[in-house]
Parts: sequence; structure tokens; C-alpha cells
Amino acid sequence: MGSYVPNTMDQRKAMLDVIGVSSVDDLFESVPHEMLVGDGLKLPNGLSELEVRAKVTAMAERNRVYKTILRGAGAYRHFIPSVVKSVISREELVTAYTPYQAEISQGILQSIFEYQTMICMLTGMDVSNASVYDGGTAAAEAITMCKDRKRRKAYVSACANPDVIGVMKTYCFGSDTELEIIPEKDGRTDLEALKAMVGDDAACVYIQQPNYYGNVEEAAAIGEIVHAAGAKYVMGVNPIACAIMETPAACGADVAVGDGQPLGLDIAFGGPYLGFMAATKAMFRKLPGRIVGQTHDVEGNVGYVLTLTAREQHIRREKASSNICSNQALCAFATGVYMTAMGEEGLRQAATLSMSKAHYLAGELEKIGMKRLHDGEYFHEFVTACDKPEAVLKALDDQGILGGLPVEGGILWCVTELVTKEELDRAVAIIKEVG
Amino acid sequence: MKLIFEKGAPGQHLSLMPPCDVPVVTPKRPRTEPLPLPHVSETELTRHYTALAKRVHGVNDGFYPLGSCTMKYNPKINEDMAALPGFTQVHPLQPEETVQGCMEVYAEAERLLDEITGMDAMTFQPAAGAHGEFTGLLLIKAYHHHRGDTARTKIIVPDSAHGTNPASAVMAGFSVVNIPSAPDGCVDVEALKAAVGPDTAGLMLTNPNTVGIFDKNILEITRIVHEAGGLCYYDGANLNAVMGVVRPGDMGFDVIHLNLHKTFSTPHGGGGPGSGAVGCKEILRPFLPGPVVVKGESGYHFEKPEHSIGRVKDFYGNFTVVVKALTYILTLGKEGIPEAAKNAVLNANYMMKRLKEKYTMAYDEICMHEFVMCLEDLKEETGISAMDIAKGLLDNGIHPPTMYFPLIVHEALMIEPTETESKETLDEACDVFLKLWDLAHTNPQALHDAPVTTPVRRLDEVGAARNPVLRYTTE
Repeated sequence: MGSYVPNTMDQRKAMLDVIGVSSVDDLFESVPHEMLVGDGLKLPNGLSELEVRAKVTAMAERNRVYKTILRGAGAYRHFIPSVVKSVISREELVTAYTPYQAEISQGILQSIFEYQTMICMLTGMDVSNASVYDGGTAAAEAITMCKDRKRRKAYVSACANPDVIGVMKTYCFGSDTELEIIPEKDGRTDLEALKAMVGDDAACVYIQQPNYYGNVEEAAAIGEIVHAAGAKYVMGVNPIACAIMETPAACGADVAVGDGQPLGLDIAFGGPYLGFMAATKAMFRKLPGRIVGQTHDVEGNVGYVLTLTAREQHIRREKASSNICSNQALCAFATGVYMTAMGEEGLRQAATLSMSKAHYLAGELEKIGMKRLHDGEYFHEFVTACDKPEAVLKALDDQGILGGLPVEGGILWCVTELVTKEELDRAVAIIKEVG
Repeated sequence: MKLIFEKGAPGQHLSLMPPCDVPVVTPKRPRTEPLPLPHVSETELTRHYTALAKRVHGVNDGFYPLGSCTMKYNPKINEDMAALPGFTQVHPLQPEETVQGCMEVYAEAERLLDEITGMDAMTFQPAAGAHGEFTGLLLIKAYHHHRGDTARTKIIVPDSAHGTNPASAVMAGFSVVNIPSAPDGCVDVEALKAAVGPDTAGLMLTNPNTVGIFDKNILEITRIVHEAGGLCYYDGANLNAVMGVVRPGDMGFDVIHLNLHKTFSTPHGGGGPGSGAVGCKEILRPFLPGPVVVKGESGYHFEKPEHSIGRVKDFYGNFTVVVKALTYILTLGKEGIPEAAKNAVLNANYMMKRLKEKYTMAYDEICMHEFVMCLEDLKEETGISAMDIAKGLLDNGIHPPTMYFPLIVHEALMIEPTETESKETLDEACDVFLKLWDLAHTNPQALHDAPVTTPVRRLDEVGAARNPVLRYTTE
């Protein structure tokens, strides 16, 4: 069996002697005997490292890794610079706990302070927290930030990612909050419906930019409608798109959230990713979770600490703004390294390459008769009509290409900078063959 | 140390992106603000982050007896397995037949953890312990609602509980009934009897509890709650003491969360990502978040449970964290799991025995995997607080224990050595603790001044909260 217990039987005996008991089992005297696991657990015998490596590697090999991925829908395979994994595999960063002891945790605390700064720069917002679990939980937590005694209702666009809407619904089931869906019109949030829906009991409106179908929403106009009703405006944004598109701040968002996965994190079958949350100055005390602040030590040296903890569960218990404790710190560290490595120019290039290549694919697909389902502007995802999605996706799959995601009415495609023009041409040729 | 924004110079950059090989398209409403991200060379970048990493105390930098956090050794094989391209390069929305290996990871982890905990089903969607608590409480809420029993609006929480417990209960729409602990730190059975009623949705409990004691009345406690019509929630923060020895399911718990990043040795990453897997008995299975992995005749597939509370996270969970936990469980196996628990308890009792020579124990009896010292008398005698001792430990290369928790013990230091520390390490640490106790009497000022060897000294936390500086600006 494998074991990470260093003490030998002799050492254990010596320790038992000091304690003054004769066996380890004596230390479990307080456990009612009828409850003890008698013959041991029905678990397999332990394994050597060599055996366990073979077993787990075999599981990994039962998955298919596609060379070309044309699917996004909430998880985006982008280029990840080598420095990202090199930095975050350092064992100090991997193994440390939450930075409760600031004097020996400055590395993590400073990294979070830098991460908070970069998220603010990217979104244009004033303040960021240290991360939550993912984009869905960030959206759900944002509702709590916006509710007050009079304004209890939340609204979400039907064009948001269905998983994100799902998480919001579950959180609203918890907090007994009414959540209404704003209908879709031609692949975008229906502005007229929105206007008619939001009233003086509306706490917030959530839209996604670009939306689930890849379409660019009239985000600034929506912001005006939301604010006219006196509600808060929450935007879920793609962080890569923020490098070249109008920022949530410029669109009037009170809270900007999203999934940080595109910023240097593997798609990894859905996680770990991270949720980023940024807000206007007026709302910063409502942010859930950890926040790092700058301060000084007794000698005047600059240092960093977890701050504004009076919002948090370990101080406030049932009156806390959220229950969040552990977050996604190492993922936040990774996105900080990613944004540093990319810089303004690199991030703009990644965004522009993704957008341009998606448009190239859409154009080529149109040439072979697969028209876009919606008009208007889009970023790096789009939906085409397709009358035989299964055949199309199967043909691509046979050639090592993960095609777009089947959705109502067609296929949702995504292109990032990782896909070359040659790969796109090849994909289009394969689809053309299907006829 | 300078911030990354204060390093490098405009024009410095890495060479990462190729030229565009298709016609360039840009947004109609473009970003107009500058994006002042750092501009550094690859040399400067790696030096910066290496310097940051050096200013962090990890598990391999020295003893880490942080109570309630189970800072055991994190095996390297776990990291290797989680980094396999067959896991990291898989899109979460690939066809099911192309992700059978990932689904097997979830199915196997569920099977093994169900056996370890005595549960019937498990979800891996929750990303952390608190997220698991929230999920488990929603299962309790959905269960009562499904039976038409909407009057059950209260969750009972002992005053020794983690702060996440009451906070999670409120997020799940319950009100919290705090009950005091008995003098022995365990549940006051009479207080519990008085608290339960037709409005009781459930009880949240850690066992061993937060003072490191196994509550010997546990069967009576869970029976009282069940007889009142409530369900019992097990906070798995302290499972490391008893895994393979006794199971929460056999104690009478209906729903639990595990902290895979504590008990099952997936690292904590400086504050996450973790995994707060939630297990439950058969009665709660229909309410689990969806999708769940189910084994059918032609392999694994996803299903949404019949009365699912819905999803609590995008996709399926912090997947690679579960890969690490599975690797760990497969390594330890049938004998290794209880061996870990027993040695965690042995190590804690050994340290407690040695420290008792000078320090006062909050509860002076055999402990489980951790114990709590009460430094109130030391503070009265010398003016040295739990905080001062903690800061003194920093100068000796030891991560301090958890301070000022649980709230029912004043001047508390909660010590959890874990099973992966050797007698030699424990002896050295005990020597340091005892030396600091002496120092408190001979030269208290030295401890008030500590730490002096760390990258920064004691920081002004009050000032940080009063004048929040939460980001870098150029002004």
C-alpha cells in the first residue's frame, strides 16, 4: 500500500509511551464501539506510485483530445504561454493555505492585489475581489450584492449562458429571490420586453456580453434602461473580449463578472476556473469574499493584508454578505501571470485573432450554404443554421475536429487564435463533403 | 517589493502571438480606455513571480500545524496525474463517448468516497467547503419542500461551529438557531432537545468537533434531530481524524461535505481551488445538483436527478482537483486510509502531551487530530497573547496554528499536526513552542516585537480597512 506517514513502528511506540497509552486504538476510546468500521472499508488495496500512475493514466487515455476545437459555449481553449504553468507549479504557491499569516504570505497577497488591479483595468471597474468559484457563481453572488429591502427581484437575459442562468436559479431558490427571464429576440436581449418588465421592485438585471450565441448586445442602451428603472446593472463579460470591446464600465455596469478561464486556464473538463467580480466604488463594500488591501508594517514597509473582513463569514457568521471562504486563488495567480505575459498588445491580438478567425469561418460556411441564424455583430462565436448537425459534427469528429455545439436551430461555433486558417479551410471542406 | 506594474518599460514584451492569417475584423464599438497591463520582458516576468513565490510559506517550507485546515503533505504524483493532457485538454461539452475517462474519474471517486463516508451518492459540483455546505443545505430544503413541509425554516448550529455554517444556512434561506456548547466542548444535549421542533430543518455539526473532541453522544444527537423531523448535516472539515475508523453515515448523518483539499491531500493553492464534494443518503439523491454521472450498459452518461435543486456551478466541478483526490485514495487504499487517520490522531496527542508541560489545554483529555490551547492565563501573567506566540513561531520557520478559533475558547491556538509529520519534526516544534513560553516570561518584549525575520513585520490591518487601497493606480 502507499503511505505518506513517516514514523516507523518504533517511533510510534515511543510516542504512545509518552502519551501513556498502549495502542493507537486507545486514542479512539470516545468513539462508540458499535459504530467502528469493523472489518475495514470495502476499498481496494493501496497501490505503489508506479501502479497508480498506470491506472490513472489509463483513465486519461480513455478521453479524446481534439487537435482542433471549434466549440466554446463557456469554455474556451486559448493559447497559454509557457511561463504561466512554470510559475504556478512552484510548490510554495501550490501548497500554501489562505494567507491568514500575512508576514509569511506576502507573495500570495501581492499576487492577489496585482490580480485585482488587472481585473479593474480590463473591465474598467473600480474594485475587484480576489475571485469566486466561476462565472456562474459570480453572476449569482452579484444578485445578492444588488438586493435591498425594497428591491428584491432579479432579471436575467434569456441570451445568457444556460448554465449560468441555472446557477443563478439555484442560488435564488436558496435566498427565496424571484428570478425572471428577459426574452430573446433574434439572438439578442429583447429591449422592449426589458423596458416593460423592470419596475421599482427590480434589484438588478444581468446580461452577458457577448451573449451565449456570440452576439454583441446593445450593452450601453440596456444599461440606460436598467438605470432608468432604478435597478443595478450586472454584466457578465468575456475577459478576452474586454481587451478590444467597449468595457462594462463604459456601458454603465455597476457590477462586472465573468469566468476567468480564457485568461490562461486549461479547459480541463470544466474546472477549476475562476469567477471574477468587479464593482463601482459605490458598491465595493457589497463584494463577497476575500479582498486584499495595501498597508504598511511597523517599520513603514509596504505590505498587503486580507482586508474589509467585517463582510465575511468568519467574523459576521449568519450576517455575512456571503459564505465564501476558499476561492480559486491559484487560478487567480495564473490569470495574473497570463495577463502580464500577454500585456495590452498580446491580449488585444488574442482577441482580434479570435474575432477575425470566427468571422472568416462564418464567411466560408456561408459560401457553402450554412447561413448565420442571427444578423448583426458578433465576437468569436456565432450560430449557423444546419439541417443535419449530427452528420456535420460526425464528419468533423472523424477527422479529429471538435465541431460547434448543437443548439436549437443549428450549431454554435467558436474560434480562438489557436486555430489556423488551414484548419478552418479543412473543416469547411469536410462540411462541404457532407453536402 | 515593487509591484509588477512598477517594473519593466513600455515596449518590453514577450513574443507570443502570430500575425493574423485572415482578414482583420474589429468591434464596431471598440474599447476606448487604455489597458495599462504590465510591460515586462520574460526575464523580468519570471524573476518577479519567483520573488513572490519566495515570499510564501508552503507545506514544504516547514511545519504547518494550522488547525482545522489539515495541511498534510501534497504528493507530487497527484499533480502529475492532474496535468495529463488527457484531462487538461478535454472540453467539458465534448460528446459523452469521448470523455469516458473523465466520467470514470467522477464515478470512481464517488464510489470510493461513498464507502469512506457511509453515503449513497455524491456530487462534485461544489468548488469548496462552504459551497458544499450551501449545496447540502439546499438538499435539505428541497427535501422538506418536496414533502410539503414548508414550516421547517431553522438550522441549528453549535456556537463552536465554523463561521461558514451559519453563513451558508442564511444563503440557503434558513434562519440560524445557535446553541451553546456543553462545558466539555461537545453538543449540550439538553440545549439541543430544547431547540428542536416542528420548525427544525436540520442540524449542522462537525465530528470530531472544532475543539478536537469526538462527540460521544453523537448517536443520541442525530436521533434527537431525526425524531423532531429534521436532517443531520456533517461538516467534513475534520474527517481526517476518523476516515476508515468511523463513518459519518453510521453516526446518523444524512448529508455531508468533504474538503478534498484538506482530507484528501489536494493542495490548497494559497486559498483554492478546492473541492467541496457533497455526499448524501438515498433519501436526498433525487435532489442532487445535475448533471450526475451514471453508469449504463454502454458506458457512462450524464443524468439530471428527478427533483434536482439545479446546478450550483458551471459544468461539473473542479475536475482536476478530483483527479488528485482519486489518485490519493487509490494510493492509500483500504489500509492506508485508516492508517492516515490513526497517525494524525497519534501525532496530535503526542504534541498535546508534550505542550501540556507548560501550556494550558482548553480541554484536557485525549484529543482527535487536533487540540486547542487556551493562552488566557499566559496573557494574564505575561501580557503575551496567542497572536504574540503565533508571531514568534514565524521567526522559527513554523506556520502558526489557527488563532482565536473556535470562538468558545479565549486566546485560542488550535494545533493540527497531521499524519505526514515525523516525530523529529514534532519534537523540534514542541521545543520551539516551549521555548516561546519561557520567552514570554523572561523577555516578553521580544515576542511583542516578533516577527523580525520575515519579509515584512506586523502589518497595520486597521489602517488597511480604514483607508482601503485595493488596487494599484498611477496617481
